[in-house]
Amino acid sequence: MQIDSRLRFDNFVVGSANRLAVAAARAVAESPGAVYNPLFMYSSSGLGKTHLMSAIGNQVAQRTDLVVELVTLDDFVEELHEAIAAGTTEQFKERYLQVGLLLIDDMQFLTGHRETQSELLRIFNALQADGRQIVMTSDRPPTEIADVDERLITRLSGGLIVDMGAPDYETRMAILKAKCEERGVRFRGGVIDELGRLEFKNVRELQGALNRLIAFQTLGGEQVEPDAVLTILGDLAEQRGRVSAPRVMGGEFANFLTDIASAVAHHVEQWKTRLIEGIEYWRSEGFHTAALERVLADRTPPTSVETVLREFEAGVTKLRDLQRQLQRLEPALAGHDAFRDPDRLSEAEDLLERALRTTTPPPGPSAAFTRAGFEVSVSNQLAVRAADAIVAVPGSRYNPLFIHGPSGVGKTHLLNAIGNGLVHGATGASAVACVPAQLFVDELIGALQEGIVDRWRARYRAASALLLDDVQFVAGKERTQEELFHVFNALYAEGKQLVIASDRPPRDLSGLEERLRSRFEGGLVVQMQSPDHALRERLYARYLRELGVDPTPAMIEYLSSRPAMSVREIIGTANRVVASAEVAAVPVTMDFIRAALDPDESGPEGAAMKRATTDSFFLDREKIIWEWPDASARLIEDLR
Amino acid sequence: MSLVNYATREITCKIVYYGPGRSGKTTNLHYIYGQVPDDRKGRMVSLATQTDRTLFFDFLPLDLGSISGFTTKFQLYTVPGQVYYQATRKLVLQGADGVVFVADSQARQIDENIESFQDLHANLAEQGIDARSVPLVLQYNKQDLPRELILSTGELSDALNFRGVPEFPADALHGPGVFETLRSIAEGVLKRLSAGTSAGVTAGSRG
Repeated sequence: MQIDSRLRFDNFVVGSANRLAVAAARAVAESPGAVYNPLFMYSSSGLGKTHLMSAIGNQVAQRTDLVVELVTLDDFVEELHEAIAAGTTEQFKERYLQVGLLLIDDMQFLTGHRETQSELLRIFNALQADGRQIVMTSDRPPTEIADVDERLITRLSGGLIVDMGAPDYETRMAILKAKCEERGVRFRGGVIDELGRLEFKNVRELQGALNRLIAFQTLGGEQVEPDAVLTILGDLAEQRGRVSAPRVMGGEFANFLTDIASAVAHHVEQWKTRLIEGIEYWRSEGFHTAALERVLADRTPPTSVETVLREFEAGVTKLRDLQRQLQRLEPALAGHDAFRDPDRLSEAEDLLERALRTTTPPPGPSAAFTRAGFEVSVSNQLAVRAADAIVAVPGSRYNPLFIHGPSGVGKTHLLNAIGNGLVHGATGASAVACVPAQLFVDELIGALQEGIVDRWRARYRAASALLLDDVQFVAGKERTQEELFHVFNALYAEGKQLVIASDRPPRDLSGLEERLRSRFEGGLVVQMQSPDHALRERLYARYLRELGVDPTPAMIEYLSSRPAMSVREIIGTANRVVASAEVAAVPVTMDFIRAALDPDESGPEGAAMKRATTDSFFLDREKIIWEWPDASARLIEDLR
Repeated sequence: MSLVNYATREITCKIVYYGPGRSGKTTNLHYIYGQVPDDRKGRMVSLATQTDRTLFFDFLPLDLGSISGFTTKFQLYTVPGQVYYQATRKLVLQGADGVVFVADSQARQIDENIESFQDLHANLAEQGIDARSVPLVLQYNKQDLPRELILSTGELSDALNFRGVPEFPADALHGPGVFETLRSIAEGVLKRLSAGTSAGVTAGSRG
C-alpha cells in the first residue's frame, strides 16, 4: 500500500494526549529497529494513529534505503488467503522478510484469524531476530484484542505500547489553526475559539465541523460571527460538552500524566520485559526456565539480554539434539525431565552417554576379510564389480545388492570386504552392521525375551549400512521377517546401503514373504559361481604358499584341473596334501600330490597317504565304542 | 510492596504525604483529586473527624492507565498529623515507595515541622529503613499567606532540608506547587526502580 506522503511529522499537531506516542514514533523513525520494537500505538478512531504511522514510514523511506511496507491487517489477511489459494505462501512470506520497516494498521481485526496470527508470529520472529522495525496500530491495547494467540500478544506487547487520547482544548485549537492556515482561510477573532471549546473526541469530526464553517463562510460570502458558530454547526455541536473557558489549570493532570508516562517509559527496564517474554515463550514450549529466572531475579541487568536469551536457546537446541539421538537408542529415556531444562544439560549428556555405553553397536564386518585378499575371476567378477561400486558410492547404485551362489564361493568374504570398505572408505560410515541372518534371529529372540526390542530395533535402524549374510535362514521366521522388513525400509528410505547374501536367488527362497522377496530383487541380484580354472590356479598357488610349500607349475596345473565346487574345497585339498606330507614326513612333490589325491594310482607313498587320510581321532581306542551289544538285540526285538 | 510487576505488567507506587497536623496534606490530595478527569478517578477514601481533621488516613488511588504496556497505578496516602496518632502513622508508612513531607510555612509552626520531620525519620528507622534510601520531597505549603506570617523557602530549607532533596513552595488550596511536588516524587520513585535498589522491586514470576 502506498504511504500517503502528506502524512508527516511536521504537520502532526502534538498535544498532551499524544505527546508520548509522538516521541516514541520519532525515536523509531530516527533509528528503526533500535528502540521500541515493536511499537504499538492505540487510540480510538480519528486520533491520528495512521497519520503518525505514515509519518514514520515517510521519514524512514526518505532518509534510509530500507524497504518500507504499510499494510492494513485486512489487506494482509486477504493477501495471505490469496497466497494460500494460489499455493504461493512461500513467496508471500519471502516478500515480508525483505521488509526493513513493517507498518500494520488496524491490528484489532486480528480477532479470530488463527492462520494469519501464526503467519504473523513467524514473520515477526524473523523480522525481530534480524533487528527490523515493526509498528502497529489498533483501536485497543493488545491484551484487549479478543481471541489472539498468547504468544503473539507477548510479541505485540514486547516493545512499547502507547495510547493516544482525545485532543484537549489546546490541541484542538492548534489543530484548527493549522488547518485554517493549510486551507488559507481566515475567520473573525473568536470563531476558532468557539469551535475549539466544543469537546470533539475525534479529530475527523473536528475537521468536519471546521469544513462546515469554511463552506458557510466561502459560499455564503459573509464572515462567520463567533456567536453564530453554534447555530451553523447545529447537529454537529449538539450534545457536545463545552469547555466554558480556556482552563489554565485544566491540563495539569494531563501534563503530569505525560511526564510520568515518559518517566515510566524511561525507567521501566526493557530488558526485564524482554526476559519475561522469553520465559513465557519457553514455558509455553514446555521447558524449565530457571536459568532465565535467575537472571531476572538478579538486580543488575545482564550486559545483553539478547545474548542471555540466545544462550538459553542454544541450550534448548542442544537438548533437543541430545533427545533426538537418545530417541533412537532408548525411546523410554528420551522423555526424561532433564531434556526440558537447559540447566540440566550435563545430566542429559550423561543420559545419552550411558545409553550409548549400554547399547552395543550391531556386529560389524570382520577385519580378516579384506578386499585385497579376495581373488577375482570370471566366475565372480560381476559381484566384485558391484561391491566396488557400492564401496565407492554407498546407497545410490545397486541398493540392495543381493549376492547368491553355492556355499564356499566367497560370499561371506565379499560381504565383509564391502563392510570394511564402507568403514574405511571415503564416506567413513561408522556403524556398518554386518551380521549373519542366524545371529540376527538369535538377537531378536534375546531382545524379545528381555523386552528390549525397541532398543534392538533402534541399533539396526541407526546403522549406516546393513550387510546380512545367509539370509536363507530367515525363511519361515515370520517375526524376524517382519522386523527385517521394517529395518530394510527405514534404512532404504534414508539411502543407506543394504547387501544381502544367500545360497540361492530370491525367487528360490521358500518361506520368504513376498514383500521381502520383491525388495531383495529390487536392486541388483548377482550370482557367484564355483571357481573357474583360472581362479583355481591362483587359489592353489596362494594357499600352498601360505602353507609353506613352493608349488611347481605342474603341481598347480594338476590341482586346478581337478573340479572344485568352492573355495573352501580348494583350501581343504591344499590342507590335506600338506598335512599328509607332514604326517608321512616327506616333501610335497608332484608325485606325492597325485598319490594322495588319486590313491588308485598309489605307489609307496599311497599307503602313507591312506593312513594320513584316516583322522588320528579314530585311531584312539579310548574314544571309540567297539561293541554295541544292546543295539542289535533291541532291533531284533522290535522287529518281532 | 511490589512496584513493578513484570509478569502482570503493573506498576504500583505507594506515596505517603507526611507532615504535622493541619499542614495541608489532605488538601494536596483533594486538589489532585479535583484535577483528575472523571474517567480516571478512583474513589477517594477520607476518614475525617467532626472537626474535619484526618482521623485515620486519606487514600487516593490514581489510575494512570496503560503506560509502556504497564498498567500504572499510584496510591496516595496521608497520615494523620496529630501527635497522638503515632500508631496509624507507622502503619501507613509501611511499604511506602516515596514520601512527601508537607511542611506548614507559618513561622509559628516551625517547631511542629521539625518535630514531625524527626518523627518521620524515627518511624522509618523503626521499620529498618534507611531514610536516605527512600525518595523524599519537601513541600513548603501555605506560601500564599501574608509574608509576615510565614517563613521563606530559604529559611524553611535551612531548617528542614539538610539532605538537599527536591523542595517546592506550594499553595495546596489553589494548586500551585501541588503537581510539581507529585511529579517530583513520582519521578524519584520511578528512578529508584531503574537503579534497581528498591526493596519493593520484585520480578514477578508465575509458577
